[in-house]
Amino acid sequence: MKEGKLVGRSVARREDPRLLSGRGRFVDDIALPGMLHAQFVRSTVAHGEIASVDLSAVRHVPGVVAAFTADDLELGDITAQLGRPLSEYVPTAMPVLARDKVRYVGEPVAIVVARDAYAAEDGLEAAKVSYTTLPPVTSEEAALAPGAPLVHDEAARNTLVDVSLFATDGIDEIFASAPCVVHVESRTGRQNALPLETRGVVAHWDDREEQLVVQTCTQVPHQVRTVASRSLRLDERAVRVVVPDMGGGFGQKCVVGREEIAAAAAALRLRRPVKWIEDRKDALSASFLAREQHYQVRAAFGADGRILGLDADVVCDMGAYSCYPFTAGIEPLMASAEMPGVYKVPAYRVRGRAITTNKAPTAPYRGVSRPQYVMVVERLFERAARELGLDPVEIRRRNVITDFPYTGVNHITYDPGSYLESLNLCERLVQDEGWYEKQAAAAAEGRHLGIGYACFSERTGYGSTAFAQRKMQVVPGFDISEVRMDTSGAVTVTTGTMSHGQSHETTMAQIVADELGLDIAKVRLHQGDTDRITYGWGTFASRSITVGGSAVRLAAAKLGDKLRAIAAARWGIDADEVELTDGAARRRDDTSEVLTYEDIADIAYLRAHLLPKDIEPGLAATATFDVFTDGTFSNATHGVVVELHQGTGQVEILRYVCVEDCGVAINPQVVEGQCRGGIAQGIAGALFEQVTYDDMGEPSATSFMDYKVPTAHEIPDVLIHHLETPSAFTETGAKGAGEGGTIGAPAAVLNAVNDALRPTGVELDHTPVTPETVHRALNLEAAS
Amino acid sequence: MTDTTAPAQREVQLITLDVNGEQHEVITEPRRTLVDVLRHELRLTGTHVGCEHGICGACTVLVDDRPVRACLMFAAQAEGARIRTVESLSEGDQLGDLQQAFSTHHGLQCGFCTPGFLMLAEGFLAERPEATKEEIREVVAANLCRCTGYQTIVEAIDGCAQARRRACASRCDSKESDVCS
Repeated sequence: MKEGKLVGRSVARREDPRLLSGRGRFVDDIALPGMLHAQFVRSTVAHGEIASVDLSAVRHVPGVVAAFTADDLELGDITAQLGRPLSEYVPTAMPVLARDKVRYVGEPVAIVVARDAYAAEDGLEAAKVSYTTLPPVTSEEAALAPGAPLVHDEAARNTLVDVSLFATDGIDEIFASAPCVVHVESRTGRQNALPLETRGVVAHWDDREEQLVVQTCTQVPHQVRTVASRSLRLDERAVRVVVPDMGGGFGQKCVVGREEIAAAAAALRLRRPVKWIEDRKDALSASFLAREQHYQVRAAFGADGRILGLDADVVCDMGAYSCYPFTAGIEPLMASAEMPGVYKVPAYRVRGRAITTNKAPTAPYRGVSRPQYVMVVERLFERAARELGLDPVEIRRRNVITDFPYTGVNHITYDPGSYLESLNLCERLVQDEGWYEKQAAAAAEGRHLGIGYACFSERTGYGSTAFAQRKMQVVPGFDISEVRMDTSGAVTVTTGTMSHGQSHETTMAQIVADELGLDIAKVRLHQGDTDRITYGWGTFASRSITVGGSAVRLAAAKLGDKLRAIAAARWGIDADEVELTDGAARRRDDTSEVLTYEDIADIAYLRAHLLPKDIEPGLAATATFDVFTDGTFSNATHGVVVELHQGTGQVEILRYVCVEDCGVAINPQVVEGQCRGGIAQGIAGALFEQVTYDDMGEPSATSFMDYKVPTAHEIPDVLIHHLETPSAFTETGAKGAGEGGTIGAPAAVLNAVNDALRPTGVELDHTPVTPETVHRALNLEAAS
Repeated sequence: MTDTTAPAQREVQLITLDVNGEQHEVITEPRRTLVDVLRHELRLTGTHVGCEHGICGACTVLVDDRPVRACLMFAAQAEGARIRTVESLSEGDQLGDLQQAFSTHHGLQCGFCTPGFLMLAEGFLAERPEATKEEIREVVAANLCRCTGYQTIVEAIDGCAQARRRACASRCDSKESDVCS
């Protein structure tokens, strides 16, 4: 990329003025004439046959306009597919409203539509649903037990995905003869991605356009359109999905929700606008959850600390249904494919399973399995370091990939990164602040300070190739961008990605402004409208800048070519002799010859007769981008200092240092924001958040009283240091930056906690690490 | 067949609310919360709803200058009080200093919790302009943000407080004003 003026600078965000003055437009801010409000009758049992649904009393509640069951609406199911044999993947359907059976507490059974949200809630109270209850399956043990009740009849052993991969020749012999074999068993808590804006939708039928307009807060507008059109049996053209401002998503909104389809169906049936805004109770208990996984992993090491092999068994509790488009394979396949991570692992074997239980279903959540497997692998290195008497940073130094490109035992080729550099720098930053001395001084006072690290990489810029390798039958990957200039020289850019806090209106505009030599105020991004954007895969997997940003730059470059061609034709010179700077085309040989973009647009649109015959009127260019390699890897090392409090078991984070490398940072302030926010969510998973279920499948967390979202009390300031290894695979040199913070934090925090616990001999490998477990560990020490 | 849980007839009342210096007459059910009336009757949608049970603070507004969870208060209870919402912080397109500080420090990402933090800080700094960064952190811990990790919110409010103190001190030095009592 040529030396840019804006890329690499912390340009002020275009999103800020409206969001700061209360003029954003979130989905619940939309009010349409005659709009009705929907709420859902939800299952009160975790597992059961629906004996009867009686909505007659509901329909008599003042304010209630209509109420529908699955039978009333006759909607097509939501079904996601993997192209794998039945022995590896069992497809299951998710009905929009439960039909014969309910599979979790909170599952939508009927939709109630009323004049306002209060009346809709009144209506719910009058619904009479009776169930023939079945024994619920609420844990991995119960799901896999012989003779266990089946959540889906077609899924034997309650198993949706079961893959065994890699199995390097001779791996058993390697483990049998290795000088050091360490084992980690880890369970990670079920979490809620918890965007502060819950899910919601406003749908209405537009007679003039003959379209169902679905305004919904989704990360994947085109995927919602596809599912809505199939479920409602409409031509896809007859559905328009528009995304307003979004109050976060983090993955929970990158799958298609049943409620958004049901609300759209009600709007279509009633020919009136219908709004559904999820309340927090439903968002906590009946939305998409994530992250409940169980790892049993062995690692073999040589006496010199070099890793010889990794042997893993991963079970992911995906809850009641497979999500669209990712399927229940999302977590186990991510963990299985990527686990060796930044290390030169010569032998690898993994079995990855997804099981189904009577709990709310799961969706991808920021990091997807990487927060967990990185934590497990980093625990293995710490444990091996202890066994071998090595420094925990030194053992990593001996094992991280340093020669790039590197093709791993998992058949993935890693592009250049700064694994060793980030590790060394992070350790030095912690050393330079004197934390090792402070730790020793604290120990002398009987206090418990611990220092922990996590070194990891993160594949970003997944293209179609990478998703196809997972055998997804709906294969995300490419992106399309159009860049259009109007007669005033202003530019409209489209992207198929969907910002929900990541500042794309700013960063994508930076890319275009640099490419065209244009004032950024002249560039406006359009996203989240299926009528404006040909197709797109939305925002997830840190793909927006890597894939979407590349398409944006290519489209801008194409438009630049046309601007040059028109100017060159006017001057009778070669297009190569024209450069684009400061909003104008200039002759290289005579910079006093200038055609402003307004001048060129004037020719392109208003006086097209002046154009040469081989140049079409108009100023628009479209480009697509896909990644046909294994993608591009961001990397980072996190260093954490914690103090464990003897009296309360509290884990206090005293220092957090992050050395990250996401290639070219389009906007460093935005990247830092992503790091800090990601780290906060990683800490949340490590220490605080968990949804548990009782034996009857009743969720524990139905309010913020029962689900501890960390505040400014618990989340520390983070020192961030940037390294820059540009990507050769993206058009800007950028790598993804959306998820890394979340990936590294649990491992670094857990390692620091265990370092602090070292005198007790207790090691904690499950998350969240609660005050109770820490208190117990410290009291064991006190007792001995 | 009527259910006892649902009122046979919906009761409404006329209330007057003083919001951002304007008087609004609203016909509403007594059970409607202040935040719902602000958002859906008065169409002041800058104030957001994040939990409806008083934990997240996205609905924070000022009631008689004090930060209040507008989801925990019925609109009828706010009669006679002065209510201020995020819409009062800027004049036209000109952001106020607190809003500008949030932008400068990247104290917002998705922006959903932001109006709540702004009104929380607006009320707090008015009461305690000399607040230290640690005191600001304590107050910021009253609300939830899922995007930023809080550091930049604390820095934004602290930056705004410092700038106001500097401006106040320089006014005193130049004896142009006696506002800094």
